[in-house]
Amino acid sequence: MAFLTALVEGVLLGGYYAMLACGLSFMFGVMRIINLAHGSLAIVAAFALWTIADRYEYDPFLALIVVLPVMGGLGWLLQRGILERSARSGELIPILSTFGLAIVVENVLFECFGADIRSLAPYVGSLAYDSFDLGGGSYIGELAVLTFAVAILLLGGLQLFLTYTPLGRQIRATAEDPDTVELVGVNSRFVNAMAASIALVTVGLAGLFLALRSNFDPYAGSLQLIFAFEAGVIGGTGSLWGTLAGGIILGLAQTLGAHIHPQGFLLAGHAVFLLVLVGRLYISRHALRGFLKARLGW
Amino acid sequence: MSLLSITALDIRHGLLQAVREVSFQVEQGETVALIGANGAGKTTLLRGIAGSHRPWRGQIRLDGTDITKMPTYQRVAMGIALVPEGRRLFAAMTVEENLLIARASGRKGDWTVDRVMETFPMLKPRRHARCGTLSGGEQQATAIGRALMTNPRLLLLDEVSLGLSPLAVNLVYKSVEALISSGATIVLVEQDLNRALKVANRVMCMLEGKIVVEGNAGTLTREQITDAYFGHQKRARVE
Amino acid sequence: MTADPRISIQRWTNLSIGVAVVVAVLFVVLAAGPAFLSENLIDRLTVLFIYVCLAVMWNALAGYGGMISAGQQAFFGLGGYLAIRLSEWGVEPYVALILAALLAGVFSLPISAIVLRLRAGEFAIGMWVIAEVVRLLVNLDPIIQGDTGRSLIALATFDAVERRDYTYWLALVSMCFLLAVIFVMLRSRLGSSIQAIRDNEEAAASVGVRVLVTKRIIFVTAAIGCALAGGLWLATFTTFQPRSFFGIQWSAYMIFMVLVGGIGRFEGPILGAIIFFLIELWFGTAGVWYLVILGLTALLFSLFLPGGIWGYIEDRFHVLLLPVGYRVRMPGPSAEDADASQSVTAK
Repeated sequence: MAFLTALVEGVLLGGYYAMLACGLSFMFGVMRIINLAHGSLAIVAAFALWTIADRYEYDPFLALIVVLPVMGGLGWLLQRGILERSARSGELIPILSTFGLAIVVENVLFECFGADIRSLAPYVGSLAYDSFDLGGGSYIGELAVLTFAVAILLLGGLQLFLTYTPLGRQIRATAEDPDTVELVGVNSRFVNAMAASIALVTVGLAGLFLALRSNFDPYAGSLQLIFAFEAGVIGGTGSLWGTLAGGIILGLAQTLGAHIHPQGFLLAGHAVFLLVLVGRLYISRHALRGFLKARLGW
Repeated sequence: MSLLSITALDIRHGLLQAVREVSFQVEQGETVALIGANGAGKTTLLRGIAGSHRPWRGQIRLDGTDITKMPTYQRVAMGIALVPEGRRLFAAMTVEENLLIARASGRKGDWTVDRVMETFPMLKPRRHARCGTLSGGEQQATAIGRALMTNPRLLLLDEVSLGLSPLAVNLVYKSVEALISSGATIVLVEQDLNRALKVANRVMCMLEGKIVVEGNAGTLTREQITDAYFGHQKRARVE
Repeated sequence: MTADPRISIQRWTNLSIGVAVVVAVLFVVLAAGPAFLSENLIDRLTVLFIYVCLAVMWNALAGYGGMISAGQQAFFGLGGYLAIRLSEWGVEPYVALILAALLAGVFSLPISAIVLRLRAGEFAIGMWVIAEVVRLLVNLDPIIQGDTGRSLIALATFDAVERRDYTYWLALVSMCFLLAVIFVMLRSRLGSSIQAIRDNEEAAASVGVRVLVTKRIIFVTAAIGCALAGGLWLATFTTFQPRSFFGIQWSAYMIFMVLVGGIGRFEGPILGAIIFFLIELWFGTAGVWYLVILGLTALLFSLFLPGGIWGYIEDRFHVLLLPVGYRVRMPGPSAEDADASQSVTAK
């Protein structure tokens, strides 16, 4: 029974990872940039929400009304101010730019908020501790279920947006062919900025749920970036639902790993990630060899 | 005033000068064929007009307005539409989506998805098919349709017969002729000399970035054209 | 078409010969350092040498191999850890340092099999993950007591002066060795492969450059170099703490040094290391603002001066101090007048 509970926990954790990862994958899909500041920006949102909850005593969910648009604005500035310019120097420079940004962000956060570990859990009543009774002595957290539900809604909403709205079409087209898209009248700079805004709004949402489900400090961003990246790679870049699958696999690996060994949580997750990476390379080479054998008789 | 006016245009690809001091005019309703060997600079010239390449020197005017420094998407809003070499459709998107996205330019006009379907009836059953699955002819039709959806005043066609079966080329050119007879202004790049001479009012031949022969399709002899094509003559203006 | 005998390909210019002489003299002076420099200065120079090692290695990866790594701290920490482990098994401390670096190179081979096929940003974070994994695995070793860390106890067999001097010399030799390795690499056929890959990987592969092999050579070299630096850091500060040795700040330092100094140039990382060293000297005690300034500087350089300071100097004044490139000397108006000849430099 404990195993089954662990399974459910892992899947629900996957929902959080999907929410966390979709912004990173989205930005990569549209602009071919991996934003190394992704994790620390989620922490920015977490701290913003915490400040509003702690100092002004607003419910964190209500605080989203302020924080999410601000994150969107940050995304716009990030794209127009930094990413657009650095991308002109090739695909390597944006990595350095976003890395520099990440260092700046987390250390500025440290200057503002200090080293104390914080959490949003105390500000949402008992949501962080309540659980559903599954019977047979096993429980699953209400927060975990809520997180998963929100993740599904977010991914679904994004998918609908991309499929049926004009801006969504423009984003998809820009992701596929940024040169040709201009030839049909689309302002690709505007589209990229909108994509970055959307990505950071999802980051803001992820920041909320991170702060609710666990503690955070100014330097927590690095680990979140790694998780987002791992979920994205496991699921395969390309589709939003792939990111969900990746998140779930990562969540499962981590949860099951934690049951085996105290360090198992992190190690199991990384191990699965590396396995998938190696598997993907090995399979590609194998398939290539098979193809060459069949076609050229090598 | 000419619809399109190019003055002393100089376009470079890195260190290579692809278009050298090109000047010409296109009047409303004209069809101009741009011919020349591979690498002569025809595609670069078209892309320069559309905005994908910024010129080193020179001027481009659309109906009197200087658009030399204008970004590509704004030129589309002003009425220039390029059907790029190789079609460059959004393969993961459907035919309809490819057409709809061209509405981003915001230009008002008669072209709708339904009208494109009427103009290219072969697309009707493929309306919701992903463009990656289309045949060459269907792709070309979609690409032209996509350009038309921007309600252009000037249509630039880059090698629409490339990679198509003769049957498909016939179909495409039937539609092009229909567009011409409805009064469209077209500049087209075409490898097939016969086709080019059949549809165009005027012909310009490019060699190594320069226009070496220019004249009316009816009056230029094949000899003059092939000489210019292969570089046996300096630039001559024939009336 | 016969080659014009008046056109010659040169590798050394008068300037670079002069610089080479200066460098040799500098080495001799530095080697004699413990004889006339204060202890404090010896310590500081040791740290500077370590920074140069790190910068040169990161530049080799990123500037020459096109691989931006956010995880070289994996090898830095591995160097320190393996030195402690080997020392526990009875290996002499300074031998352990060197062995540790070589061992780290061995470990880097399977790692390279995983990460080398990753592109750009994926490689960067991939290496970051590797660093995390190595850190977690190292933490499992009972002799590393978590965050308290472990000292290289065997160093206590040397007295303080000896330890300082031996570490200093080892650092100096390591730095020169790594610089020499990179210099030779660049001047060899490998160097041309490297430049080709950096400019256009696909094109390079199409003319027969063995891209993966070349990258692997650079990757393993960088692993050994960073591990050596880690071992030297351990010898200087004696205590190994996983969190500090495997921390992301090392990547931040390396990126800063190379970006500010000049990525892809030979002299760039040296300049960057010196600048970083000086900034740390003056502002290191400013706490976290120091890191903010580092990050901000790296960010600004990446946006506005991606070639770094040395890149700017080289491009603007056409100065080439060390002969890693080729110069084509064309005959001028008078064939005898060598000074009037034009030269086209390819780097």
